[in-house]
Order: sequence, then C-alpha cells, then structure tokens
Amino acid sequence: MTRFVDGGLIDRTRPLAFTFDGQAYRGFAGDTLASALTANGVRLIGRSFKYHRPRGLFSAGSDEPNALVELRTGARREPNTRATTVELYDGLDAASQNRWPSLDFDLQAAGGLFAPLLGAGFYYKTFMWPAALWEKLYEPVIRRAAGLGRAAEAPDPDAYEKAYAFCDVLVIGGGAAGLMAALTAGRSGARVILVDEDFRLGGRILSEREEIDDAPSLQFVARAEAELAAMPEVRVMRRTTVFGVYDGGTYGALERVGDHLPVPAPFTPRQRYWKIVARRAVLCAGAGDRPIVFGGNDRPGVMSAQALRSYAVRYAAAAGSPAVVFANNGYAWSAAFDAAAAGVPIAAIVDVRAEPPPVQMERANRRGIRVIAGGEVIATSGKLLSSVTVRARGRTETIAAQILAVSGGSSPTLALTSHFGGKPVYRADIAGFVPGVLPPGLSVAGAAAGEYSLARCLAAGAARGAEAANDLGFTARATPVPQAQDKPITVSPFWHVAQSRGLAFVDLQNDVTAKDIAIAHQEGFRAVELLKRYTTLGMATDQGRTSNVNGLAMMAALTGQDIETTGTTLFRPPFTPVAIGAIAGHHREKDFRATRPTPTHAWARAQGATFVEAGLWLRAQYFPRAGEADWLETVKREVTATRASVGLIDVSTFGKIDLQGPDVGRFLDRVYINTFSTLAVGKVRYGVMLREDGMVMDDGTTARLADTHYLMTTTTANAAKVYQHLEFCLQVLWPDLDVQIASVSEQWAQVSIAGPRARDVLARIADAPLDVSNAGLPYMGVAQGSVMGGIAARIFRVSFSGELGYEIAVPARHGAPLARALMEAGAPFDITPYGTEALGVMRIEKGHVSGNELNGQTSVADLGLGRMASTKKDHIGRVLSERPAFRDPDRPTLVGFKPVDPKDRLRAGAHFLRHGRSAVLANDEGYMTSVAFSPTLGHWIGLGLLARGPERIGETVRAYDPVRGADIPVEICRPGFVDPEGERLRV
Amino acid sequence: MRIPCPYCGLRDAHEFSYLGDAAPQRPDPAAPDAADAFHDYVYLRDNPAGPMRELWYHGAGCRRWLVVDRDTRTHAILGTAFATEARS
Ligand SMILES: [Zn+2]
Repeated sequence: MTRFVDGGLIDRTRPLAFTFDGQAYRGFAGDTLASALTANGVRLIGRSFKYHRPRGLFSAGSDEPNALVELRTGARREPNTRATTVELYDGLDAASQNRWPSLDFDLQAAGGLFAPLLGAGFYYKTFMWPAALWEKLYEPVIRRAAGLGRAAEAPDPDAYEKAYAFCDVLVIGGGAAGLMAALTAGRSGARVILVDEDFRLGGRILSEREEIDDAPSLQFVARAEAELAAMPEVRVMRRTTVFGVYDGGTYGALERVGDHLPVPAPFTPRQRYWKIVARRAVLCAGAGDRPIVFGGNDRPGVMSAQALRSYAVRYAAAAGSPAVVFANNGYAWSAAFDAAAAGVPIAAIVDVRAEPPPVQMERANRRGIRVIAGGEVIATSGKLLSSVTVRARGRTETIAAQILAVSGGSSPTLALTSHFGGKPVYRADIAGFVPGVLPPGLSVAGAAAGEYSLARCLAAGAARGAEAANDLGFTARATPVPQAQDKPITVSPFWHVAQSRGLAFVDLQNDVTAKDIAIAHQEGFRAVELLKRYTTLGMATDQGRTSNVNGLAMMAALTGQDIETTGTTLFRPPFTPVAIGAIAGHHREKDFRATRPTPTHAWARAQGATFVEAGLWLRAQYFPRAGEADWLETVKREVTATRASVGLIDVSTFGKIDLQGPDVGRFLDRVYINTFSTLAVGKVRYGVMLREDGMVMDDGTTARLADTHYLMTTTTANAAKVYQHLEFCLQVLWPDLDVQIASVSEQWAQVSIAGPRARDVLARIADAPLDVSNAGLPYMGVAQGSVMGGIAARIFRVSFSGELGYEIAVPARHGAPLARALMEAGAPFDITPYGTEALGVMRIEKGHVSGNELNGQTSVADLGLGRMASTKKDHIGRVLSERPAFRDPDRPTLVGFKPVDPKDRLRAGAHFLRHGRSAVLANDEGYMTSVAFSPTLGHWIGLGLLARGPERIGETVRAYDPVRGADIPVEICRPGFVDPEGERLRV
Repeated sequence: MRIPCPYCGLRDAHEFSYLGDAAPQRPDPAAPDAADAFHDYVYLRDNPAGPMRELWYHGAGCRRWLVVDRDTRTHAILGTAFATEARS
C-alpha cells in the first residue's frame, strides 16, 4: 500500500533487492534508498546525534538532516551517507547507525540519561568540570553518546581520481533554470558544462505535476536533454556536486562515478574530484523546504512538504496515510495537491495564516481537502507518528496522521554564493535569504535567487545563460522561453510554535532545540556566529540547510532585533561532504608522492641492497650479506672494506647546477662565503652558502670546468631550494650579471669510489688520454674525458669519506653500466658497494658536517667553518652573520665526542650537562647531532654542538638522554677521528 | 587561484612558489647603517589588505621570478611582470 500502483519515475520492470539492518526489501531502478524504504513502509531510519531519538526521513535531497546510514560492509563501509541521495542498486546493504542495541530499542534514548549534559554550550561547559574525572568519565560517556557512524577499519579498496575541466559557462544545477541556461549558452557555441547532483536531470520538475508549453513538463526535460546531448561543446555531468567556489573561476566538484554500483566498474574510480575552471558560471541550485519548529517535530513521519510531494510524485510512494500538512505558504499547498493526486490522502491542511488567499482555498475546496486556517500544530504522538494535535481559534483537535508534511517557506540554496564572503540578504517579501555580493563571474538564476515560479525559473535561466555567453563574445538569445505557470509567492513569516508540547527541534542533525537557542541568548551568545559555535546549530553534513534560518529568526525574536540586522552565518566549502579519499585521489600509501630511483637502483636491488628514503629519492642504505647478524655488522664490513681497499656508492642524488657566462665567478663570490672567481680551471672547491639572515643554507663542491663554465653540487635535500635561490639572486637581486644556470641533476649519473685502491680501479675504466695519476688529477681536481670506451665523463677528485676518492659522472643512462664496470674493474681489490649508512659513519669519523648539523639554526662559526669566510667581499648573509649574537662565545659549537667508557653507546639528541648540574633547561649546554659506531676505532663516536666546545677539548660532560634513559660521561674531542691531517686524500 | 605568467600564460597557482612582498630592496652592504638596513630587509614586512606587489617563482614552468600585483582580500591578480624587468 505504500507504493502506488502506477506513476513515478521508477522502472517497474527492473526490481532491485536490498537490505536495511539485515532485513530484505525490494525497490526499483530509479529509486533512492530513501524512496525504496518509504515504498516498503520503513519509517524509522536512524537515531539522532546526541539524544538517540528515533528519526525518519525529513527531506528527499542532499539537505537531509536525519537519515544518515552506513552503506556497504567491510572495507567499503561508508558512514553518514544520506539515504536520500543514495541511488538504489541491486544488493545494496545499508544499516542504521548511532543506536544500541538496536534501532528500535536504544538504551541511551530509553534512559534519556545524558540529555542534561548535552545542552547548549556543552562542549565548553564540560571543560570546566573537575579535570580528574575528565579522561575516565566524561569524555568516554560523551563520545559514546554523541556520535554518528563507524568508519571502515580496513583500507579503502577503491580508487579515486582527480580531474580538470575548462569551459566558458558552467551551469550548476539541471532543473528548469539550469536546463534553460545550458541550452541558451550552448546554442551560442560556448563551451558549457552542466552539472547536477542528482542521477537524473530536471530538478523539481521531476517531483511536480506541472506543464510547460501545454504539455507535461517531463517532455520539456527530455527535449532539453536530447538537445544538450547533441551539442558537441556541451558536457552534462550527472551525479556531480559543485561543493566549492575558489579564486580565478575555479569550482571544486565531486563526481560519484561508481557510488550507484555495488563496486565501481573495472578501471573506473569510485569518485572523481574535479577542478572546473569556468570563465562564467550560473548557479541554478534551486531552493529547500524549511521546517517549522514545534514540540514533537522530530517524530518519524514528520517531513518537509516538498519531500512528501517528491516521494509521492517522483517515486510513487508514501510511508503511511493519511497526511496532514502544516504550513505558512502556498507552495506547500501545491505540494499537498500533487501528493493527493498521486494517491496520498490529505486529512487536512493546517495553515498559520488566518485568511489564506482565496484562490488557494478554492483549489482546496475543489479537491475536497479540509483546511484549518489560523491553526498551529502543538503536539505529535506515537513512537512513529500516529496523530497530530492542532490548535485553532482557541480550541484543540487531535487528527490521526502517519505523515505530517511541514513547510515554513523556501530557503534558496545559496551556499556557493557565500564562499567568497558574500553575505546573504534577507527579503521579507519571501521570508527568506537571497544571495548577496556574488563571487566574480557567477550569476544566480531561478529559485536559488528567490524566483520561485516555474515561468520565472525558465526565463531567468535563459537570461543568465545568455548574459554569460554574451559577456564572453558569443551571441546568445534569451528568448523565446517556454511557457509555464507563474503563480505568485504567498508566504507569511512563521518560525516557531512557542506554545507547544515536547522538545522542539531547530536543528535535527545536531539535536539543537528551541530551548538551546534560549539558553544561548540568556548566556550572551547572541551573534549568529557565536550562536552556531555555542549550540552547534548548522554544523555537520547538512551545514544547517534546514535549520539556520529558523535558528537565527528565533534569536532575532529573543533579542528584539529584526532578521536583517541579526544576519546569517557564512557558508564555507564544502557544500556537501567530500570524502578525504576523493581529495587524496591516487596520492595515497606508496603513491602519496613520487619516488625517484637513482640510475643504479636496479643494479643495487640486484645486489640485495636495503633502501632508504632521502627526500623523494630511494638510496641504497646498506648491502647485507648472508650470515650478517644485523645492519650494524653489515655497515662495519662496508666501512672497513672501503678504508682498507676500495668501496663504491651512487651519489647521483646530489643537486647539480650548471652555471655559464662571463660573470659566474663574481656571482659565486656573492652566493658563497668563500671565493670562487679565483678558482683555477680544472679545480674543485668546497663552498658554504648562507641565507640572508646569516644561517648556513647549504654546502657542496663547485668545479670550474672552463673559464666561463662552473658546475655546482648541492646536498640531496636542498637541490631544488638552492636552485630557486640562485634564480632569485640572478633575476631579482643582480639582473645585471651575465650568468645562465640550469639544473642538470637528472642528466648526470654520479658514482663515487673511495679507498686506497680507488685510483687502481679508476685507471682500468678511464680511456686514454685521461690521466688519473696523482700528478695528472690531483686532490680537488676535475678532469673531463671518457670512460668505458667512449662514454663522456667528468671525474672529480673529491672525498666525503676521508679516503682517496673520485666521483665519476656520466650521462644518466650510463649510470648502471658505470657501476657494473667499476665493480668489474674493482673485483681484484674486492671492491665493496656501500650505502648511506656507511657513508654516514665515514663522514662522522672524518668530522664532516651534514644535514643533522646544517639544520637551519647553525652559523659557519658554529660549525667550525668560520675561517672559510672571505673578509674581502660581500656575500649573501654576511651582514647579518656579524650580529653580536652570532659572535657570542657561549654559542654551541661543533666538537667531537667519545664515551669515557668505550662500551657505552652514544645517542643523537642527548643533551650536554656539566657534571653535578641538575637536568634543567638553564643548564643545557647543547646536544649531540650525529653518532655512529666507528669500526675504525672500535667504539661509538659523535658530533655535537657544545657551548664553548673548542675551548674544552679533553673535558668530560654528561650526555643526558631522558627519552631513552641514558646519562653517560663523554669526552670532548676535536671533530675528525680518522686521518685528521687529511694525508690519505692527497696520496 | 591562477596566475598569468608573462611567458607561459594563465597557469594554476600550484606551479608557483610564493616569496612575499616585492618592495624590499637588498640594501647596500657597505653602507654605515647596513646592519639595521639588513635587519629591516630580512625581517620587517607590511601586511596590507588590498593590492600588493609580490614575488612569485614559476618553478614548475619557465623558472622565472615574477612580480605579481595581487589583491590580498580577493586574490584578484591585477598584473604580472618578469622580476628582471619590473625592478630594473
Ligand atoms: Zn612561466
């Protein structure tokens, strides 16, 4: 009896099976979950947020405050989906939420136990309670009581996409106005995108029995759809919601590609996150039906008048009989008439107006519908609505009803117009807010602008569509417009039945009652933005679309101000909820960001390397061998083998910047603290650059390849930052310098070999006439030639490990062959590939600074590099690095550390304290920056920043590490544990 | 937000990185008040509500530094130019 025998936009030849709370039901293609539940007589759909009150459907659209359900199961379980927007599919599995033990019987609602705790301002007031009870008592109780659905516990198995689109005119909403706007702009040749959140175009036409051009209005929709589909420059996107308006004509939209299927089709995402860039946009989002606040207005069966019409006309369903209509406007009456024509018995229309317009009275009489003028609903009864009590002209009457269809007037759906800060403006004649100042390029047509009649929607859509196209240079005509009814708006402002029985809800989703508004007023939270935060009015998935206007109108009444002065809160994106998964798109887990393998990655993997992330790069961390107990043993072997004979590491990740031009030397003198203009061709120099505030920014070696040609290397982490900095210096600070730069990090693979036999290995792959002897290629020299029988190469004699070392650069595609050739050439010397761990150990043994020391808080003096700075020239950061605080001798300065007991392990991050001093911040003397177990020395060593460190060599201090429970004496020593004089480098 | 790069055309703001106010000029490091002047240059910034000349870097495009006139209240872009030309 709840599905009518005929009518509706459902396909009765395609039945669909679904379950709700485990119970099997059937619906039809064309149903939403909400309409299918209605057709099955299901009236109890959820429990409310705070008080666990039984709730049914209130609306038939995306503004639904009550009917939030969990959809699907397992990894695809999705909480808080609105049953009114879920398109039915075969096998759909939904469950109610926020109830225990069952939807029908909920213990927390039964007790009403927590209601006193959860009134207006409870978020703030509860923080005033005794702190001792907070964690154990209040928070768990409130969390259990106030909640919505449960998120899935397994990773989402579906894919989400991001996409971009560009158009001349974006039309938001495919109802009467939107269709006309799209047609008008499309006919002019403009590129048009029409989006609608529904799976079917037509908007309210689908739910109203109206005529356009003297034929059923659905025929107009069909013709418009066909014409739009035939236009090559028009794209229609159904199941797509524009959720935000952004700068530069950018609109965020969410397309539900696979939500209407049990699982998305192969190779398609579940949802697609669109950025649509539109030169003009026309908002045709329609309007929503507003409730009236009265006691018992949340009982299942109380719904909006337009929802009653929509379920009856579009879906041929009603969840009960008869219906009573309670309203203050004529549009609700037409809803009642349409519902009656579709098959819903209307027991009465209760209108607060003492004298409704005669034309409406006449229409009701003609249909035999009873009208109670000057009436108010003052109570409802039944767990599911069974009757309503009406008071009119001093007497009360109880009327049996399973549906109470309520309308306090229409609220234009204007949220998007607010996203740029435009304040909605109150129009007393329609008792509603209309858009104020609009975002640039956006216009509004139809009900969203407070133009409600079908004729006005059609005309305004055509007019705004034509204006948008003509603005852009197209020639569009706004006429002729199809003919339709142009009934005037008749509404008498009415918000709240003050004298009514039971809890009267203003915001159904957040369980905000009329009493909460009164408390907020009493306690001084009267401004609308404060009212919202204090009571939570207008928050969560529906963003107050059914509650804001009533809430602020009631506050206006309490303060004695008018509604214009009281104003409304601003809407912000998103208009409807957007899943985090859709925003992330493919950028999740391993694909969260790009991975950059080095040129030798595949080779290193074949060698069994373990990899470590270094920024976007994956670098070989160490190369374990069978039988090695742990990474420490592996790293010890790699260091020992390198220092004893020769080792190999890929250093391609360093930034490489090519600099050319007559002024490169002068330029480098200004960006480095030391001098490069005097560097001889064929030589390499270590350089340090500062930020303008005097702190160290980066370090690395720069080679002079020719008179006007240098090659800079940067640290792996700062490659992009240094490049941007150099461009800034050249383009903004010194555009007069004749220098060109280019990043060549990707173009060159670079492999380092180090150790006493490094030259023997290099000699075996170098092509004549390349001379790699100590005389031919001395320490800090660079040679250009070829290797491996004709591969162009640059060979830099530099060292980070402290051993005789070379870095060999070849075009990137030759990186892996180079590594293989070096391994083969080094086989007689047991050449050992090593990773970043061994490199780190060797640089700490050598006392070189690295990322742990170049942390943005250290000066060159702090790092013991102060003498490098040239005093003969200016450079970036020089002036501010001479500030007194930089010269404070108490500044922590780089020194080395070793444990007094050689068995002790050092920890990076440990703080230094003088013996006998308590462990408080005032006594802190610095901290350990880097530590390593030195295979060369047989104990742990460290580098750290210590107040007056260089003056305290030989002294011992405490290395205090409360996090890991360590407190050990360490001896201060010079950094540089291995070959401090650098003799090995020069052999 | 999108920025019309004089070289690349209208591009998404994600391709650019922001530096800030284009007004401060690097002081003369040899001037007697250089310490104070550099302090102001590095640390002191106005925070206007309205049109502002700013430095942006088109890192994912032509790698040019741009001076962008932007209204900080609306993000309206009033004009763009290469920094080399705008400041010389
Ligand atoms: Zn560009």
